[in-house]
Amino acid sequence: MKRVIPCLLLQGERLVKTVRFQKPTYVGDPINTVRIFNEKEVDELIFLDILASAGHGSPNFALLERIVNESFMPLSYGGGISSYNFAAKLFELGVEKVILNTAFHDSPDLISCIAKTFGSQAVVVSLDVKYGWGGQHVYRNRGRKRVKGLVVDHAKRAEDLGAGEIFVTSVDRDGVLNGYDLPLVGLVSDSVDVPVVCCGGARNIDDLQDGLKAGAAAVAAGSMFVFHGPHRAVLISYPNHEQMVRI
Amino acid sequence: MIKVIDYGVGNLGSVMNMLDYLDIPAERISMPEEIKGVPGVILPGVGAFDAAVEKLHRSGFRDALLGRAVAGEIKLLGICVGMQMLCDGSEEGVAEGMGLIRGNCIRFPNRLGDGGRLQVPHMGWSPIDVVNDHPITGGFDIKTRFYFVHSYHLLCESECVVAKAEYGVEFNAIVARRNVVGCQFHPEKSHRFGMQLFKNFYRWVME
Repeated sequence: MKRVIPCLLLQGERLVKTVRFQKPTYVGDPINTVRIFNEKEVDELIFLDILASAGHGSPNFALLERIVNESFMPLSYGGGISSYNFAAKLFELGVEKVILNTAFHDSPDLISCIAKTFGSQAVVVSLDVKYGWGGQHVYRNRGRKRVKGLVVDHAKRAEDLGAGEIFVTSVDRDGVLNGYDLPLVGLVSDSVDVPVVCCGGARNIDDLQDGLKAGAAAVAAGSMFVFHGPHRAVLISYPNHEQMVRI
Repeated sequence: MIKVIDYGVGNLGSVMNMLDYLDIPAERISMPEEIKGVPGVILPGVGAFDAAVEKLHRSGFRDALLGRAVAGEIKLLGICVGMQMLCDGSEEGVAEGMGLIRGNCIRFPNRLGDGGRLQVPHMGWSPIDVVNDHPITGGFDIKTRFYFVHSYHLLCESECVVAKAEYGVEFNAIVARRNVVGCQFHPEKSHRFGMQLFKNFYRWVME
């Protein structure tokens, strides 16, 4: 059964959504949103703290504890995780997987370190990819700073370090509802043996299916599950069981 | 009263949350003496086999649990690595399991017989197939599925197999022997299906 994962962005105590990693707009209260996803029997949730990720702060443990207490499904968290102790504390709270992005570039040993104690399946490396000079590159600090090297080399390195999963986000497609960057999904999926989760651009079930066909082991989406209609009214949604079976 | 063992491995938060949501009286314990006189115990576990076995041993819980389980004095539910520790050992490491259910854990293959690739760990939701009814499977139907996240799975005698699942290969999802039961998946992360399992376990413990 394929995994379909809502990806939610935290800014302080609010849930927000971005477009190409810019212009965060308010979506709602994280606790309420988790309750709604619980009722919809969502398979899994991803929470990314975009303030912590950009370097403004560290994981908000108090809020996360409340979020985890409401979730009866696996929850992955990312945003400013820079130490083993942070990660350990998150696991203690009940977080299923930690997502590392900037740390992968600053202190890659952290990945092996966490994987060694908690298992590879508990560690996700997140690669934010953007088009720039000379093609696609990995960016850190929420898309602000370019990192040298090929995207696939970063993916392979993450796998070698012990990451159990690679989370690939197309910054260019984020919030644009124009479909996934399928060549990017295929490129990364083909380069590693660990599951690849794609994010950025999905607008409907067909897009989710395309992501899976391109090689992703699981598909994630933000706008698709929190907005509805051309005016982006906030509406939390998720495919029902019949739709999920078809995916 | 169910006691959930805190031996420094695996998050108990989610297990406690779900039990609390179900109004099942439960308490976390960190001292082995605390399992005296307790009818039901949950042994959670995540991460590497050897690390978990070592912590269980150092906490004193291994011997305490073994004694009481073998004597039939408690009903024990092992979750994920907690289930794997019920058997003899794992390919993942060199440590000895508790030997309550004879068997060994082996890794999922990266390549299948037909040449196809298998991504390891198995991470995601999967339906299960109940092959031998057990109090823990009450109310399970064709829609029942659970959240799995593991690279190793337990091989044991067929009479100990309660339910199977499939991920590239067929593997055991629930095993049981006498007063001991183990589930490879995470009921605490499997919303209403996990809740059903915990309710069943509690009912079994209290009967």
